[in-house]
Amino acid sequence: MNTERKGLGGWALILAVVVYMGFLILAPLLALVRGAFSEGVWPVLQSLTSEMLLDSFWLSVRIAFLVVLIQTGLGTLIAWVLVRQDFKGKFLINGLVDIPFMISPVVVGYMLLLLFGRNGLLFPFLDSRGIQVAFAVPGMLIATLFVSLPFMIREMIPGIANLDRQQELAAATLGANQWTVFWRIIFPQLRLALLYGITLTLARALGEFGAVLVVGGGVQGRTETTTLYIFRCLEERQYIEAYSAAILLGLFSVLVVSLTDRLKSKGDKTHTREVALEKIA
Amino acid sequence: MPEISVPTRARGGGWRVWALRLPAFLYLSIMILLPLVIILQDGFREGIAELVHQITLPLARHAILLTLWTSALMTLINAMMGLATAYVLVRYSFPGKKILNAIIDLPLAIPTLVTGVMLVLLYGPQGSLGAFLSEKMGLQVIFSPTGIVVALLFISFPMVVRNIQPVLEDLDRSQEHAAATMGATTWQTFWKIIFPSLVLPMLSGSLLSFSRAVGEFGSVVIVAGNIPMETQTAAVYTLGAVESENRLGASAVSIVLISIAFLVLVVTTALRRNRGVNL
Repeated sequence: MNTERKGLGGWALILAVVVYMGFLILAPLLALVRGAFSEGVWPVLQSLTSEMLLDSFWLSVRIAFLVVLIQTGLGTLIAWVLVRQDFKGKFLINGLVDIPFMISPVVVGYMLLLLFGRNGLLFPFLDSRGIQVAFAVPGMLIATLFVSLPFMIREMIPGIANLDRQQELAAATLGANQWTVFWRIIFPQLRLALLYGITLTLARALGEFGAVLVVGGGVQGRTETTTLYIFRCLEERQYIEAYSAAILLGLFSVLVVSLTDRLKSKGDKTHTREVALEKIA
Repeated sequence: MPEISVPTRARGGGWRVWALRLPAFLYLSIMILLPLVIILQDGFREGIAELVHQITLPLARHAILLTLWTSALMTLINAMMGLATAYVLVRYSFPGKKILNAIIDLPLAIPTLVTGVMLVLLYGPQGSLGAFLSEKMGLQVIFSPTGIVVALLFISFPMVVRNIQPVLEDLDRSQEHAAATMGATTWQTFWKIIFPSLVLPMLSGSLLSFSRAVGEFGSVVIVAGNIPMETQTAAVYTLGAVESENRLGASAVSIVLISIAFLVLVVTTALRRNRGVNL
């Protein structure tokens, strides 16, 4: 793409965008770093190694790991069905996939309480078997599954739509069984989409706050993820602890996403999303 | 290259098709449909009149209206700045462009609670910018609707930019050159030739950011606090209702939030189908 010659108007527009993004995105980031280190490095190191933070981070990581695992399997399956199978009402299923993007996390948590809470529909059944979902880790896992559901599916749909069918057919003609075709032909082509889906799901799962707050209650040492720990620190006015944990969580998510971004930009760029979308239309 | 005719989709029934389809449908129904059905049933339990009553209670009504107008204002600003950003990034080269392009996606990666913390540090009374704004300009950002709009702008910034960017990159430029040759100004060319093809991606990105903003919780609860009739948004109101076991109120406002989400979903789906894109 050749770029335009810039008149005065062009430079003014560039300046406006730079200033806007600087204030909107960069300034808050710097403010967080400054705030955390306002009393020096030592308090930050101390709060980063506090047992409560490490416990909460460990819980966040465990939930996120399970969510990524489940979403990878079932998300890929749903994307596959949406691309490769024809059925009536497909657009409805497709719309259903986007719903978690749009529903408030607080509402998600509340819906799960209506299902699993003390007066919930499924409570008698689960309670008689000694299974606690609300105000426990299983409920937080389900909440995180709900909010992160679209990411893997939305990444995999263009990936699957862009698969080279001729290779698959050739392999099948040459006698490869479906298992071999999947691992040797299909999987390698989907690696990037898979990686990106995993990354986005992971970032969303680690950062989830509203839904796990409502359904988990944020009981210290039991249902406190890192976001809930930060929230409690703010309420208890332990600011350095809150800021340090916020830096840890923010940095971790940003690193994961930008590493994948780098990998992705090295990968095949010719298939844009829109092309992929039109292919299955 | 000779084209081989390839069947693009699995046809007919057969156990193989259903072996994949059934778990996919089951997962989606249990995860998404079941909770939605339960909350609708709970909200309408005492009849529509009671639902309406719950929504029109002063606190609830104020929270819903506040949510709607802050989200709408954000959407307006975000649409304009998203368009400008996409245009600048695609059409101009300038020092620092790579950095800008790299930080656009940050709001998607940063947990919204962390966003709230960052904004309080920047605009709060102890923050340098916050002190300046409140002393010199009398502008209070934290614990005010302004803070809500700023937080919403942060979390939804990538949605419009990333929707417009690919379309702008793929735009056929011969029409622009023709217009320029015939003496059109840059301004005219932009509005008459470029803008019309950007309207749909801009609109769908804006709608997406609107629906995201209406439900936003993490950043807003930190930045705006929880002051009833002042900065309490619908999501924060719902949390309060859940915590005080006001089940009717929680369900009623939740249903309002869900309805807005559905409305946006229907419109964006219609827009996408209009563009000839089915999925």
